[in-house]
Amino acid sequence: MFWVKVKRVVWTGFVNFWRNGFVSLSTVLVMTVTLFVIGSLLFSNALLNASLSELQDKVDVNVYFLTSASETDILSLKKSLEALPEVAVAEYVSRAQALDNFKKRHENDALTLQALDELGDNPLGAVINIRAKETSQYEGIAKFLEGKEVLSKDGVSIIEKVNFYQNKAAIDKLTRLIDSSERLGIAVALILSVLSVLIAFNTIRLIIFISREEISVMRLVGASNKYIRGPFVVSGVMYGVVAAVITLIVFVPVTYWLGSATNQFFSGINLFNYYLDNFVSVGLVLVGSGVVLGAVSSFLAVRRYLTV
Amino acid sequence: MIYFDKVSKIYSDNSVALSEVSFSVAPKEFVSIVGHSGAGKTTLLKMLLAEERPSAGSVFFESLNVHNLEKTSVTKYRRRIGAVFQDFRLLPHKTAFENVAFAMEAAGKTDQEIGSDVPHVLELVDLGSKMLNFPHELSGGEKQRVAIARAIVNQPDVIIADEPTGNLDPINTFEIVQILKKINDLGTTVILTTHNKGVVDSLGKRVITLDRGKIVRDDRAGKYSL
Repeated sequence: MFWVKVKRVVWTGFVNFWRNGFVSLSTVLVMTVTLFVIGSLLFSNALLNASLSELQDKVDVNVYFLTSASETDILSLKKSLEALPEVAVAEYVSRAQALDNFKKRHENDALTLQALDELGDNPLGAVINIRAKETSQYEGIAKFLEGKEVLSKDGVSIIEKVNFYQNKAAIDKLTRLIDSSERLGIAVALILSVLSVLIAFNTIRLIIFISREEISVMRLVGASNKYIRGPFVVSGVMYGVVAAVITLIVFVPVTYWLGSATNQFFSGINLFNYYLDNFVSVGLVLVGSGVVLGAVSSFLAVRRYLTV
Repeated sequence: MIYFDKVSKIYSDNSVALSEVSFSVAPKEFVSIVGHSGAGKTTLLKMLLAEERPSAGSVFFESLNVHNLEKTSVTKYRRRIGAVFQDFRLLPHKTAFENVAFAMEAAGKTDQEIGSDVPHVLELVDLGSKMLNFPHELSGGEKQRVAIARAIVNQPDVIIADEPTGNLDPINTFEIVQILKKINDLGTTVILTTHNKGVVDSLGKRVITLDRGKIVRDDRAGKYSL
């Protein structure tokens, strides 16, 4: 009997969805808007993260060494830098490499190259390029290097300069920017999703309000609460699924249209490609939120009218 | 079978629907409850359906105290009563067949039972040809016959009819009363509320007269008199 009842509940849910055509349609539209907002939040989050991490990648701190610094000293400093939890990458550029890079950069500048030749010796010191895991951590790394300055032969520091302090203003600003945009992003996402969820929830409540007489008749005919509630929950799930499918379809042209624009603006991320790559996970999020929203709203809304 | 024991329903001090009403109904009896609008007829039936709770007193169905039942037991109890209302109360998005079938589904009947009983009952109320019509496609009399079919399909012990002819013309009224009479002849208790004098007088059965929440007459083979 259990399965017979399940079958009847599911079937009735489908039939009600179909026969309430216009009402179902408007609920699906409201749910679609809700899911569209949720999907857009996913996308803008991805864009924000991509552009922030790209900015972060551009920030680094360079340690310039004296030409007299020995390679073993530099490499041991590099090792102790890499041991720091804040450091993502420490890249060593030797004096010879630095010279090569310099020559390559100035290959069309005969005058500079000539001047370099005149010097005879390699005037460039070795460099370590440090990239921290987060921009706020550069300060700590710079402090660490200051403390390490004693590490030298004959009491003379091997470090010529650390360019953190030149870049400090820019790095600080970026750190604040990243922090506040992340916080703002979360706040906006929360507010928008709460608003749209409330709208969808209230729409479903209105629909069930229309059916309150029917619910009381079902009670008087001797139907159990579960048997009355079941079809409403099934219809709620269907609103969610149909709305999610519509949203997923609508996102195809929308992301395609925005794709090239985002590619230029947030260099490196094409929204359309991102959508296609993450189609399954975006789909799961949207269908999941639709189903949960529809089912929970219906479940709660029916409860009010089951008191007869 | 049904026993009202000093039942009162007081909504507020100046709105007393029932005041210490006591009476009993025997099995297979046909009882008409008459009275002006506001006399408490509908409240009385709502008490029996456990739709409303009395302010004082109790209602018994056989040995059950109707208002002490758990929620799930109320559901089962209601399946022993078939209810018919003045405003039909059909499910608007279900066909005549589905409306009747719903009562059977709610009672946990199998698909085979539903497939054989529903058409049979609809034939009984002469709606065999309109089984697949929706309520809005039926006339008032037809809707009421669907409602009666729904009320009797689970073979309840009692049929409660709350002004079933209130919205119907004389011919449909006559037909509905004939159907109720037939149901009673087949052994089901019927409790009918009405303010239609013609209906009551033609029945020649027991009449309880309510006035302002009190029973003023209870005649074994009564007439409508106020």
